[in-house]
Amino acid sequence: MSIISKGIEKIRSNKRILFIGYVLLGIALVSLPFLLSNTVGRTWVRILDFALIYAMLALGLNIVVGFAGLLDLGYIAFYAVGAYAWALLASPQFGLHLPFWAILPIGAGVAAIFGILLGAPTLRLRGDYLAIVTLGFGEIIRIFLNNLDHPVNVTNGPIGINKIDPIVIAGADLTRTHEILGIQFSGAHIYYYVLVLLLMITVLICVRLENSRLGRAWIAVREDELAAQAMGINTRNVKLLAFALGATFGGVAGGLFASLQGFVSPESFVLLESIMVLCMVVLGGMGHIFGVLLGALLLTTLPEILRSTASPIQESLFGAVYIDPEALRMLLFGLALILVMLVRPTGLWPGTTRKQLGNKG
Amino acid sequence: MDIFFQQVINGLVLGSVYALVALGYTMVYGILGLINFAHGEVVMVGAMVALATVAYLFGYFPELNPIVMVLIAATTSVISCMVLSYFIERLAYRPLRKAPRLAPLITAIGISILLQNLAMIIWGRQYKTVPKIFSFETREFLGANITDLQIFIIVLSAILMTLLLLIVNYSKLGRAMRATSESQRIAGLLGVNINKIISFTFVIGAGLGAVAGILVAANYSVAHYSMGFMLGLKAFTAAVLGGIGNLGGAVLGGLLLGLIESIGAGYIGDITGGFLGSHYQDVFAFLVLIIVLVFRPTGIMGERISERA
Amino acid sequence: MREYIFWEVKTMQKNFLIILLVGLLALVGCGDGGSGTDDSGKIIKIGHVAPLTGPISHLGKDNERGAQLAIDEANAAGITIGGEKVEFRLLSEDDEANPQKGTVVAQKLVDSGVAGVIGHLNSGTTIPASKIYHDAGLAQISPSATAIMYTHQGYKTAFRVMANDEQQGKVLGDYAVKTIGAKKIAVIDDRSAYGKGLADEFEKAAKSAGGEIVTREFTDTTKTDFTAILTKIKGLNPDVIFYGGMDAQAGPMMKQVKNLGITATYLSGDGIQSKQFLVLAGEEGEGAYASSPGLPLEKMDGGKSFQEKFLQTYHEDIQIYAPFTYDATSILIDAMVRADSTNPESYLPLLSQTDYQGVTGQIRFDENGDLRGGSISLYRVKNGAWEYIETVGGE
Repeated sequence: MSIISKGIEKIRSNKRILFIGYVLLGIALVSLPFLLSNTVGRTWVRILDFALIYAMLALGLNIVVGFAGLLDLGYIAFYAVGAYAWALLASPQFGLHLPFWAILPIGAGVAAIFGILLGAPTLRLRGDYLAIVTLGFGEIIRIFLNNLDHPVNVTNGPIGINKIDPIVIAGADLTRTHEILGIQFSGAHIYYYVLVLLLMITVLICVRLENSRLGRAWIAVREDELAAQAMGINTRNVKLLAFALGATFGGVAGGLFASLQGFVSPESFVLLESIMVLCMVVLGGMGHIFGVLLGALLLTTLPEILRSTASPIQESLFGAVYIDPEALRMLLFGLALILVMLVRPTGLWPGTTRKQLGNKG
Repeated sequence: MDIFFQQVINGLVLGSVYALVALGYTMVYGILGLINFAHGEVVMVGAMVALATVAYLFGYFPELNPIVMVLIAATTSVISCMVLSYFIERLAYRPLRKAPRLAPLITAIGISILLQNLAMIIWGRQYKTVPKIFSFETREFLGANITDLQIFIIVLSAILMTLLLLIVNYSKLGRAMRATSESQRIAGLLGVNINKIISFTFVIGAGLGAVAGILVAANYSVAHYSMGFMLGLKAFTAAVLGGIGNLGGAVLGGLLLGLIESIGAGYIGDITGGFLGSHYQDVFAFLVLIIVLVFRPTGIMGERISERA
Repeated sequence: MREYIFWEVKTMQKNFLIILLVGLLALVGCGDGGSGTDDSGKIIKIGHVAPLTGPISHLGKDNERGAQLAIDEANAAGITIGGEKVEFRLLSEDDEANPQKGTVVAQKLVDSGVAGVIGHLNSGTTIPASKIYHDAGLAQISPSATAIMYTHQGYKTAFRVMANDEQQGKVLGDYAVKTIGAKKIAVIDDRSAYGKGLADEFEKAAKSAGGEIVTREFTDTTKTDFTAILTKIKGLNPDVIFYGGMDAQAGPMMKQVKNLGITATYLSGDGIQSKQFLVLAGEEGEGAYASSPGLPLEKMDGGKSFQEKFLQTYHEDIQIYAPFTYDATSILIDAMVRADSTNPESYLPLLSQTDYQGVTGQIRFDENGDLRGGSISLYRVKNGAWEYIETVGGE
């Protein structure tokens, strides 16, 4: 063990330093949106909001892929289900306007049911067959969402559902600007706090799951399914639970997304999104909760940073924009994926105590 | 009835292309256990390079015999793709052979994104048209229309696939390939140069993919930077359908998928009494895949992959 | 292989990562850091959104150019608003024809403090974005979004300068049955908000004109293979095939129509009435019909000079909608001048009372923000070029 890790250990064991550390972290978290909006603009607070939603998604996928080792390439379907559940229950589409504390549990429940539905046929499938089937499911859900506008108009088809109700607490619309104690809190700021809170709860749930009997059962199934079965673990239920719980997180994230953006359409739920979330999980450090968080935050903010800097850099270096910024940023993104995997194949911040998926010692 | 036969022809043309690309996926998976996400983009590069070459030749040497033009373009394209694929394997996949299983998958995704955007930058964002060098006759056959080009696609694909199967099953090289996909370790111990065989596998797959790309561009007269993604996905689905790692399975899966898509799109409305229409054609294809896998979890012809050491 | 704990990177890797991070932070710093104010003449930002990447990026770029021309002209004219000399600047964003990206860039424009927005191009992105502009009280003028819903949401901030799908679909439906004389019609749409909307309206109009719709088929905006649905259509032997969608798909589709030996006439809307369609369809595009809102450019006052100016500035021909963005930008600026203010609260009422002679025709709005008396022109491909047939409606 190097000196640094010994140092970290020392900090961890010293309760006072830990406490101060947490307080500092708390202050940083609370002031971050204001720091951003006063330096680089309010758009970045919104970007941060979306990053937090994706972080929640990544944590959900982490349960399926990281803990239980089930390669799911259609995870975005649960996100879509959650988003559309919110959209259908709180918009002009059906004229329903349920409050958020009713919709979120319903959305989560519906997503969980879909999780089990999608997981059930895949139980007998090995590794990469699972991948293609889950991919197929993701696409099937998206296609249905895009086309369920006749004979009965359920999802409004490709036009999507607009004017979705935001979260309303005590009569206050959370996507509008409010003044509290003389400080202006814009919708993006308020949502930031809501999302940080929910994210912390999510992290807590994930940590508890990881260290529970269920969590250990998942690891057993991931490492060697046959042995796990031989040890008496009900692999079928364990796998279904992984899908269901992962789906639940996705569903909640979807509902929050719908309420923040006020609009959903099938285009937000394409295959590329599933792949992105998977990249966040693997890049961050699969199985390790904080690694996954890091991966999610990086992969959502990096393209935006690249988008806003690609043109100015080119201007200052070459005097004109030669390469289209959109193409350039995705190009750099792809390059980043490749480089990170070559340099750190176990992810940027892999877990320290348990073996990674299939890692050969 | 002639409509049905037309759909069959459509399906065979589509399926032949799927099969060519599926072979690339299945060979790589059989040997390395890796889903080569970047393969679809290699196919796209094949199409774009061929197109660019033809455009160049057309512009500077218009008197050239069209067949010669196409041959030059095809050769350039196939060689470029082979070289590209070789370097991808060497630089991005080989270092990760001992890494966790998902790491090369992410790398493959990264390469796919990289290639797509590189193509966008080099060749532009618009759909590119294929210059009309040949004019193809449309023939009627049992009530269905088929162009000479489509006949050519089916025949050429069949020839290439047969060649590949012959090489793999009856040559020394093929034996080495089969040995490596059975078990890398043992094959290595018995004197097979694993690295060379793996490189060779990638290169052959890329070559077939390049041909597929050229055929697709010629058939639809358009090519663009995002044509590889969906094609690659469908081809991979076809490979899984037939039994991943199994060459015959890839061919069967490819042809089947093409037929399912064509017939499905054409008849889905009639089958479901108008409730579902052709907008669900992709759903149809995936549903068939899922049903097949539920009953035969290793694909129609069974899988053939290496035992992990 | 031993695993790495996060902080236990090798020194070289650590240095690399640190440099990367510092670099990134520095870049963020010099990235767009909010609004810029200039002292020499007040800068008024006008937003513009269109797909600048993707299959219809050629149309998006075309739109951007039209708007930019109007801006350049206004700046050259030296406009004064509220006693101050102003300089207009176009803030152009890419929505990738993706509704979600559309809402993101809409929010971005609002946050950047634009005075008004020209956009978006696609109906699918314009509608969700309109909510954001409405909530911010900004005027939004779309040059090309034809879906009816855009102006029927009750937003006083939403305008469009071309006829909507209802008007266009009706003209096309009538034309198919009454002029082309079709009895059996097959309809295809590309499952986008625009394509579906137009096809729905066409179907309604064709049916009420007495035509029979033999089938409704679907594709999507990413496909290039239509042989399956076209084969099915062939079996039903229609007189006309109507396609609701864009040129990027229609071009290859025409080729497949001809290859399959289908003799039906091909009809579509403004989405295919472009140069790109002619390029993609090649000689198989011969005989296709399409509609386009407004009069042909040559027939409009100032149309020819606009065309020449465009060619001179950009060395490329107009695709489809550039004249419309040009007009949209012009009337936005015109409203600001008449209100003598760039504040939306002041100029919005004047915008809805616009009576302006633009290159696309006389622009007047009805109570929904739709173009009053919009005309639709019909074209046919002859000898590899779009030939003008006639105009329906309008003054």
